[in-house]
Amino acid sequence: MQNQIRTILQQHGKLGTDATSLAEDADLYQAGMTSHASVNVMLALEGAFDVEFPDRMLKRSVFESIRNIHAALSELTGGR
Amino acid sequence: MSASVEGTPVEKARAIGREIARLHADDVDRQARFPKEAIEAVRAEGLLAASVPRELGGLGATVPDVVSMCQGLAQGCSATGMVFAMHHIKLLSMAAHAAGSDATQGYVREICDKKWLVASVTSEVGVGGDLRRSVCAVETTGDTFSIVKDATTISYGAQADGLLLTARRHPDSAPADQSLVWLKPGDYTLEQKSEWDTLGMRGTCSPPFLVRGKGRADQVLREGFGDIAPLSMVPLSHLLWGGVWLGIATEAVSRARAFVRAEARKNPNGPPASGLRLSELQARLQSFRTLVYAMAEEYNGAMVNKIDKDHLLSIGYALRLNNLKLVASTSVAEIVTAAMPICGIMGYKNTSPFSLGRLLRDSFSAQLMINNDRLHMTNAQLLQVYKDDS
Ligand SMILES: Cc1cc2nc3c(=O)[nH]c(=O)nc-3n(C[C@H](O)[C@H](O)[C@H](O)COP(=O)(O)OP(=O)(O)OC[C@H]3O[C@@H](n4cnc5c(N)ncnc54)[C@H](O)[C@@H]3O)c2cc1C
Repeated sequence: MQNQIRTILQQHGKLGTDATSLAEDADLYQAGMTSHASVNVMLALEGAFDVEFPDRMLKRSVFESIRNIHAALSELTGGR
Repeated sequence: MSASVEGTPVEKARAIGREIARLHADDVDRQARFPKEAIEAVRAEGLLAASVPRELGGLGATVPDVVSMCQGLAQGCSATGMVFAMHHIKLLSMAAHAAGSDATQGYVREICDKKWLVASVTSEVGVGGDLRRSVCAVETTGDTFSIVKDATTISYGAQADGLLLTARRHPDSAPADQSLVWLKPGDYTLEQKSEWDTLGMRGTCSPPFLVRGKGRADQVLREGFGDIAPLSMVPLSHLLWGGVWLGIATEAVSRARAFVRAEARKNPNGPPASGLRLSELQARLQSFRTLVYAMAEEYNGAMVNKIDKDHLLSIGYALRLNNLKLVASTSVAEIVTAAMPICGIMGYKNTSPFSLGRLLRDSFSAQLMINNDRLHMTNAQLLQVYKDDS
């Protein structure tokens, strides 16, 4: 799951750094992800993992780091 | 009104709107001149510090109260309301991000203490109305900085005491990596590039200027504009502008109501036909007012004590806040337009007590102050993931 998240961040996150080597808890917004780019990341994650983020998850803190994204996806997939 | 006014800050602002701003509104509009009488009264009453928390030297008014002051002033004169609104958007935003910075707290206190009027410099040649991008950059050497900004529009630039300006954090920064910079009196010069001869909002005196500034490094706010914008600047802009536009709409409906009442008194035999139109208008005004104040209460709740970042940085909140601006800015023009057939030729004349011309012209600025299409584009992006499921 982690690797897939990193690939999506690499493609859509518009980060100033390499998403494949970024620390798990690095702040993605600090790394250059705009709110516009974060929506594209959300869309790509929903497509790739066949999930829908409910509105309560659509906020900055949930998409702020790879670890937080991982946690949100795990909750939605129930570890599937 | 020369002696000081009694009452709460809201009552004082409303009295200034009614008794001073209104008196000069047509002259301000005709000559495209700064509403100095009303703004000086606001200053004399200490209302330039109204929105700032008491511990930073202000009056600690709530956000709904500040919105109400904007509305009251705008009912008398749209330009006065807008000047007051823009000043408080800047000053309260600065105060909201002063925690943890002695320097910023000190500057906010100084602004309140010296009753300075603060202007806003976000728009720039090359980026237009895109708040979240800058061309110019802060150039820091040691503990001083310098900056040059080619600004497309600075309301009351020539009359303000200081400027709050957006710029890239560093000459190497990306366009969206912005800082907010405070320029005090004496820190900057303004070179006016052309005229401000517009359809409406003429008294805001908002021509393009070339700004050249310098100052101490601690005048650059520590918190990045990427956080300041969604947490305070954008919500406050939409809310306080909303208050101004509500004031314009309220004034138009009140002129229409006065006209219908005069008709009814001539023939007290059931409401005149224009009464139906008035009923329609009153309903629209009520929903507009409810929207503005409900959103102001919600924001106030997320602001007091500690900023509720989780709430303010959610997609749902961003969407609703943009919708407030979209609905308010279109409602004002629609409501003034709909008042016209009620007042008829008396609304069309510039010299009648029921005149709607100035209000109509002023109301058209609302959809341009951050172009509505920009907000629709942002919302279109957010709606790709928003479910409206809560
Ligand atoms: C009364 C008044 C007072 C003002 N006071 C100030 C002030 O004190 N300080 C200040 O900094 N500014 C001020 N402004 C400027 C204001 O905030 C906006 O920057 C300005 O009105 C936008 O001008 P624009 O229409 O040329 O630019 P834009 O917003 O760039 O719009 C131009 C055109 O481009 C389109 N467009 C461009 N980009 C996009 C996009 N991404 N998505 C969708 N559409 C897009 C728009 O739809 C529009 O057709 C004031 C404006 C007014 C009317």
